[in-house]
Amino acid sequence: MLEKLFQKISLLSASLVLVILVGIFTTLFLAAKPAIDEYGFNFVTEKAWDKEVPLVQDTTTQNIDNIAVGSAEDLADDDTVIDDEDDVISDEDDADDDTILMDDEDEESTATKTIYGGLVPVVGTLLTTLIALIFAVPIAMGIAIFLSEIAPKNISNVVGIAIELLAAIPSIIFGMWGLYYFAPIVSDLFGGYQVSLLTAGLVLGVMILPFMAAITRDSMNTTPNVLKESAYAMGATKFEVIKDVIFPYSKVGIIGSIILALGRALGETMAVAFLIGSIFSLPQKITDPTISIPVALANNFGEASGLGESALFYLALILFIISFAIISFAKFYFLKRVKK
Amino acid sequence: MRLLINKIVLALSTLSAVVGLAFLGWILITLVAKGITSFHFELFLKDLVDGGLRNLIIGQFIMAGIASLIGIPLGMVAGIYIREYGRGKYAEFIRDLSDIMMSAPSIVIGAFVYAVIVIPTGGTSGFAGAIALAIMMIPIIINTTDSMLSLVPKELREAGIALGASKYKVIFDIVIKAAKVGIMTGVLLSFARIIGETAPLLFTSETSNYFSLNLTESFPSLTVSIYDLANEPEKASRDLAWAASFILTVIVLVINLTGRYITRNKHK
Amino acid sequence: MPIMKVEDFYFTYPGVSAPSLKGITLPIMKNKITALIGPSGCGKSTLLRSMNRIHDLYPGNKYEGRIELLNLETDEFENILEIKKENDFIKLRQKVGMIFQKPTPFPMSIFDNVAYGLKIMGIKNKSELHDRVEDALKGAALWKEVHDRLDKSAMGLSGGQQQRLCIARAVAVKPEVLLFDEPTSALDPISTGAIEELIVELKNDVSIAIVTHNMQQASRISDYTAFMYLGDLIEYDETEKIFLNPKEQKTEDYITGRFG
Repeated sequence: MLEKLFQKISLLSASLVLVILVGIFTTLFLAAKPAIDEYGFNFVTEKAWDKEVPLVQDTTTQNIDNIAVGSAEDLADDDTVIDDEDDVISDEDDADDDTILMDDEDEESTATKTIYGGLVPVVGTLLTTLIALIFAVPIAMGIAIFLSEIAPKNISNVVGIAIELLAAIPSIIFGMWGLYYFAPIVSDLFGGYQVSLLTAGLVLGVMILPFMAAITRDSMNTTPNVLKESAYAMGATKFEVIKDVIFPYSKVGIIGSIILALGRALGETMAVAFLIGSIFSLPQKITDPTISIPVALANNFGEASGLGESALFYLALILFIISFAIISFAKFYFLKRVKK
Repeated sequence: MRLLINKIVLALSTLSAVVGLAFLGWILITLVAKGITSFHFELFLKDLVDGGLRNLIIGQFIMAGIASLIGIPLGMVAGIYIREYGRGKYAEFIRDLSDIMMSAPSIVIGAFVYAVIVIPTGGTSGFAGAIALAIMMIPIIINTTDSMLSLVPKELREAGIALGASKYKVIFDIVIKAAKVGIMTGVLLSFARIIGETAPLLFTSETSNYFSLNLTESFPSLTVSIYDLANEPEKASRDLAWAASFILTVIVLVINLTGRYITRNKHK
Repeated sequence: MPIMKVEDFYFTYPGVSAPSLKGITLPIMKNKITALIGPSGCGKSTLLRSMNRIHDLYPGNKYEGRIELLNLETDEFENILEIKKENDFIKLRQKVGMIFQKPTPFPMSIFDNVAYGLKIMGIKNKSELHDRVEDALKGAALWKEVHDRLDKSAMGLSGGQQQRLCIARAVAVKPEVLLFDEPTSALDPISTGAIEELIVELKNDVSIAIVTHNMQQASRISDYTAFMYLGDLIEYDETEKIFLNPKEQKTEDYITGRFG
């Protein structure tokens, strides 16, 4: 019967979501595995990216001295030394793998290995998001209050639509505008570089504003009118009603919107790509350039190969896990949907 | 004193709204100013290799179109499942997963498609780009279909069943028709969203200077090219990037506003 | 003479421990109007909705007892609670129709609305469809108002007209029983009056069970009345007797407005 057939088809379609999710996780993991095996968790604490480090070896032993050079920087535990050595021998990046004997003066037979460390992109991702939140949360709250409690209905509708249009603008446009118009202003006001952590963070903030404002406004609007009316009837000012009635009532939804916006900001690529500088170094000042995970992926995927490509997948995996965790957290603890 | 605090807070809130609008205005004005000065009608007639945007615009629409052909039916049917057929935990679970996927980083989806399509097939392709966009579209369509169907009152379904219609007929003859406008809006809004995406296309379809209908190789993309052009040192390239940005924004906003307009208009 | 018999019927909603209907026994008389009255939560709608098994849209219900429908061909009663197959459900609902509290016009033309049930029955012939739609709309006292705009959307009709459309739609398939679930509570007094008149006329062709929280309506139009309270059937009798000379104290209290 057509009925049963359709039921099965629709079940399969719905399950596609699960399949894609598992597929993404598995694929990223498998592609990242060489890098995971190579660097382990130290990937996240290692600053250097795509840095070739020579291995110094003594002619008599081929094992222990590997520790002394290059590996020292990215290995904290001895356990991984052995893995390292194995990988070195099969490392595709280095042409001179089978050269165990090293001659100091003979450059061509120098065995090297490349280190990839994800610390800088991870820090960049977290810091830009933090800046974005600090900038966006107060403004988004203000907009939500305006739309929900201050503006008369028709103004609220129009402004609401305008804010939603801001959300619809493609992120690459934010990048273009940010680079040529916003960045110079930021560096005029704060000094330092135009493309920097700060600029990227602020533009990211502008991007998550509409989303946060919309969800906060919707949460605020669920406050029952009777509750508000009883407070007003007692002589409360609008601010007091907002502070003491509306916000506590919609607290859960508001916090959820902030965390959800955080989750989205982590994964933003194009705007940040224009504005963060794309430099693999830790910023000393907030106005220094640096890099974030999505930008690292955007800039390097095309040309990477071997361990480098695997390291990129490792970054992608880390980003995916963190985003997924944060968004799930927002959803399950704060933004439970009203059931039918 | 209380009144003063009240006034200050309300003023600040209104100021925030003004700030929000100011950013919107600033960006749009910038786009129009820079875009129009670099804009000329020939951009629609020439391909990137000759300094135009034709192949890029067409390419972007083609990939978004294919993504829609895949994503809309799959998403709608899945949305119908979780709203109309699903009972209990699994449907809830899929609904939640879909919501989470809606906010997932688009670059990660690009990386995924890179690993499962680009690497095995040996190169970038328009097809890979379309798939990446489809993957992004599916959760959005699921969410919008589910929401719109939930707005249809349950009595309407019951009335159909009470006449002896099967559930499948009730869904297609009655419920979807009743939710038709809302679903259409959702579809349009999600199309507007994916046609403006760059990150998932960066290493799946990349872009191309030439007009192409061949989905098995690098395929022209308006958004990826904007990124490339903006990073080139020549002023002419950057001007072209602005013109392209202007056109892209117009496209996105027009589709977006059309979607909203249909909903506004259908009050019965 | 009954066309449906409810016998010792218990109904429990999914996930609930106590039954919402406890041991209900009453007949639905052929070509008569039976009213189900009682305060909110007494189970009258629950009972009505059991008669066309519409509860089965929401799995997990528990039934006990019997609800028997007279098979007009074999002249035997069949227990509709035993129905399991999709096809049998469809046949049941073609024999036992339902009109809801909120008018539920489908998002299609007036003609397509009324023809909907007919098309499900497999009637394809255009002139036959036309004739039956016309009959149904006349039977619902709506034909004069809409005969010249049958292809227009049903959503453009007024509330009272929409409800009459739903009645026409239900009547078109020539059911044996029509269940009305508070059909006028969402309508204005004038539309209410029109629909009450319509229901009284309809009983010549169908047997009717109507749930209403409006006692005056029950006493105006029904032949038999069942008073329910908290899931029990307190009293069932001819309407006149219930309203003028109730046997149970509770019935009298409800009718005189002491509660509910």
